Amino acid sequence: MILGTLLLAAMTLVGGGAAAADNADPAKLANLVRQDCGSCHGLALTGGLGKPLTAEALLQWDAGQLAQIILDGIPGTPMPPWRPLLTEGEARWIAEALKSGRL
Amino acid sequence: MIARICFFLLCAALAAPLHAGELRGTGDLGIIVERASGSILIVDTSKRGVLGRVEGLGDLSHASAVFSRDQRFAYLFGRDGGLSKVDLLTGSIAKRVIQSGNSIGGAISDDGSLVAASNYEPGGVRVFDAGTLAPIADIPALGADGMPSKTVGLVDLPGRRFAYALYDAGEIWIADFSESTTPVLTRFTGIGKLPYDGNVTPDGRHYLVGLFGEDGVVHVDLWRTPLKAERILDHYGRGEEKLPVYKMPHLEGWAAAGDHLLVPGVGRHELIAVDLRSLQETGRVATYGQPVFAVARPDGRHTWVNFAHPLNDAVEVIDNLTLQVVHRFKPGPAVMHIEFTPRGHEAWVSVRDADRVQVYDTGSFAKKAEIEAAKPSGIFFSARATRIGQ
Repeated sequence: MILGTLLLAAMTLVGGGAAAADNADPAKLANLVRQDCGSCHGLALTGGLGKPLTAEALLQWDAGQLAQIILDGIPGTPMPPWRPLLTEGEARWIAEALKSGRL
Repeated sequence: MIARICFFLLCAALAAPLHAGELRGTGDLGIIVERASGSILIVDTSKRGVLGRVEGLGDLSHASAVFSRDQRFAYLFGRDGGLSKVDLLTGSIAKRVIQSGNSIGGAISDDGSLVAASNYEPGGVRVFDAGTLAPIADIPALGADGMPSKTVGLVDLPGRRFAYALYDAGEIWIADFSESTTPVLTRFTGIGKLPYDGNVTPDGRHYLVGLFGEDGVVHVDLWRTPLKAERILDHYGRGEEKLPVYKMPHLEGWAAAGDHLLVPGVGRHELIAVDLRSLQETGRVATYGQPVFAVARPDGRHTWVNFAHPLNDAVEVIDNLTLQVVHRFKPGPAVMHIEFTPRGHEAWVSVRDADRVQVYDTGSFAKKAEIEAAKPSGIFFSARATRIGQ
């Protein structure tokens, strides 16, 4: 339990620099991206069934476009719309974190 | 970071060293993949305990394993293209190669001589000598359109063959190594959009591939010649709105349950029961969430199911005779995988975000043990060595 708390605290510190969203919980979102987006995009975000999500691979999109893709998905592909599960602020936080390569 | 190091030190302390000099069998051993740390735990399923941890296995997101015929070695397929041969007795890496840039899974031939890996980058399938991991064959997956394709649903078939599907191209290929190490390929093109996984029934007869890009399943009856790829369950969700899919279903646990199969309905909170003789739908089971794994207990009496994010905290148990959910419980946050002991008296369930694996009695559903593991995902027991398609 103590370890868990420490881990959470450490992750919060890591994510604390991002102020993109008032309502984003950085530790929770970082875990979501790594673990759940990671099911398709790879735990290291280097790609799998889905495309790589490294900063380098995302150069051609800006954070706003990425946030839209996260929220609305890409029809005709397995990329689902996350709008039912994420707020716009959270999607924006993830988009910016991916662009900066800090996830 | 400090917390993470502390955590691993704690786990390391919990893992007793293996005693290489001690005589023992391996039929009750298994591995638990710790996906975030590139390690596995070697477990003793009789004692419900950890024998040791093997580290340095690379990116293990979506890692899976097959076993040598003698059940001593696990072949682990990592996301980063790493293929590792792990000695369960010594708890060490016997051999490791980086065979591609990005891998999804693998299989071992029925004679135990060939290990095949299914790749996303650069696509295709690569085949290795099971003893040395020396390369044997490289089979690029160029679809009918000439484009390279990711491969999914790779399984072994009787007769030193492998079957798999081409995700991008929508094809099924069977690679036959029965005559030599140069495979004879049988290709079925235009089978449907985005095949996402495939599996073969435990008798080695029916190879089935699920489609993501359209509703339906593709079936190859391997007992009939000439081989044909035929659609079944066509448009099973016609006119119904699909839900967003936050995790691809897997067909790995698609064991036949009595006289039918239970197939995850993609984008639906249900399983579809398919009669194995007529290959027609015979019923549906409404489930708690979108099924990811639907794993039949080895005797076929029950099927245990876990679910996609965000309803991934629960497991449901389905009575295969009545197609009713007879038990639902919540092991904890992010249930990743379910593995039965060889004859099904216990089920091991990985609970990723609780950093543990929980062991259940499959008769009473009582929890019998908890095993600490760092972000556990796949659980693979050595008895898989004796089964077709695993």
